[in-house]
Amino acid sequence: MQYLLLIYRSEAEMAKLPSAEMTAMYGEYGKFTQEITESGNYIGGNPLKPTATATTVRVRDAKRVVTDGPFAETKEQLGGYYLIEAKDLDQAISIAARIPGARVGSIEVRPIMPRTQAVQA
Amino acid sequence: MDFEKFHREESGRILSTLIRLLGDFDLAEEMLQEAYAVALQKWPAEGTPSNPRAWLISTARHKAIDRMRREQRFEQKAEEIVKTAESTVAPVSELEEEMVADDRLRLMFTCCHPSLPLEARVALTLRTVCGITTEEISRAFLIPVATMAQRLVRAKGKIREAGIPYRVPLQEELHDRLDGVLLVVYLIFNEGYLASSGDALIRRELCAEAIRLGRVLCGLLPGQAEAQALLGLMLLHDSRRDARVSAEGELVLLEEQDRSLWHAEQIREGTQIVESALRRGAAGAYAVQASIAALHANAKTAAETDWAQIAALYEVLLRTHASPVIEVNRAVAVAMARSVEEGLALLDEIERREELEEFHWLPAARADLLRRVGRMEEAAEAYRQALAMTTNDIERRFLRRRLGEIERLNEPGR
Repeated sequence: MQYLLLIYRSEAEMAKLPSAEMTAMYGEYGKFTQEITESGNYIGGNPLKPTATATTVRVRDAKRVVTDGPFAETKEQLGGYYLIEAKDLDQAISIAARIPGARVGSIEVRPIMPRTQAVQA
Repeated sequence: MDFEKFHREESGRILSTLIRLLGDFDLAEEMLQEAYAVALQKWPAEGTPSNPRAWLISTARHKAIDRMRREQRFEQKAEEIVKTAESTVAPVSELEEEMVADDRLRLMFTCCHPSLPLEARVALTLRTVCGITTEEISRAFLIPVATMAQRLVRAKGKIREAGIPYRVPLQEELHDRLDGVLLVVYLIFNEGYLASSGDALIRRELCAEAIRLGRVLCGLLPGQAEAQALLGLMLLHDSRRDARVSAEGELVLLEEQDRSLWHAEQIREGTQIVESALRRGAAGAYAVQASIAALHANAKTAAETDWAQIAALYEVLLRTHASPVIEVNRAVAVAMARSVEEGLALLDEIERREELEEFHWLPAARADLLRRVGRMEEAAEAYRQALAMTTNDIERRFLRRRLGEIERLNEPGR
């Protein structure tokens, strides 16, 4: 069976970590990824940029509603995901708006953190 | 050469092109600063160049290239910037006016991107499009400078990190995105117009900036009738700026204003613009509000105001933009056009339906209508209710004054 493993943690707490700990943590992630790759369990994975970079897209009455910020509804729950390539945020938003779920729920558009950027952090 | 004046008038235009050439807001601002520093030295001695804008863009661009070369680590982005900057073969002075116009639109649409928080859009527009300093913006919105500075940093950061593109939206998206830009302009105008407290001078500047932005938008997007309607609306409201507050700093209601202090030329221009917008099919909220404003502005005296038309227009507005504020305005218009009793009945209905904890206009409107028909005790009660709800200095003084007038009537012995 395939599973999606979603990583939740406090951004505020992360921001307080001393850089040595950050580097060590990224090292652990690298090691973990390697291990599960070798064991044949790894299919894909990425760090995400922080919620400050998020945009939420909904389509209501055939009209696109774009709001700043991450998804924050209590009555909606995670139901699926797409990983896409887009030339910029506008294209990503356009694609998100075409997802059928956008008509009844919300699509959070979050940029992937490029590996090089993550390592330097 | 008045550098400050030049900066205020031109920096938006210059920045908009630099951001496109250099691909980064912060870099563009920094390089422009450096270019100004050079200009301040050279121009007084060597004379102002025939095209100061082009000179500054060219200088800023070269400084950016120099900086890229000096930096030890060449990231891919830096190389791209160098390539783009160097590949612009035509000297900047040959840039078509069109290209510059596109840049200004790019800048406005980017600053007003829906992915940015609304207050950040307002701040970023004021800072980069209008060239207003962070300090002035923070004073206008009564927010600490550090907070405003952070807001700008985060907004530019988001543009970078989320990949917000620097472009004018495509035709199919233009209308919706323009709504967002018009909203920011409208918010800037309202912030200046409603003057809740604080620096009156700054707030007047905000109105002027909003109007300026409106003109730029209408000039760059001549097909957009709703943008025209907004410009007309702002011009009409602003035409009353010298009559709204008395010499003693007291609020003067529309019907009591000295209409000779209204700016007639601005009313003419605003009315013309609104009429033109309506002829072109503008029918949104700004168009309707502008029509109402035009009716007020063109009435020679308060008594000649066409309240029946105004009430009808509010009804139109409510069909697409229902809100308690507009409903109260409609109730007042109905009171003036038909009867106070009808107006009061509408107000009662709103209050029954809505939970308006901080909405002092409703009791204030009710108090005013009650006062007109001599129901003084009820009016006094409503004024007290309104006072309990508003923190705006100018409005509080006004309400207290009205209350005082009534209380003196109710207790003739005092």
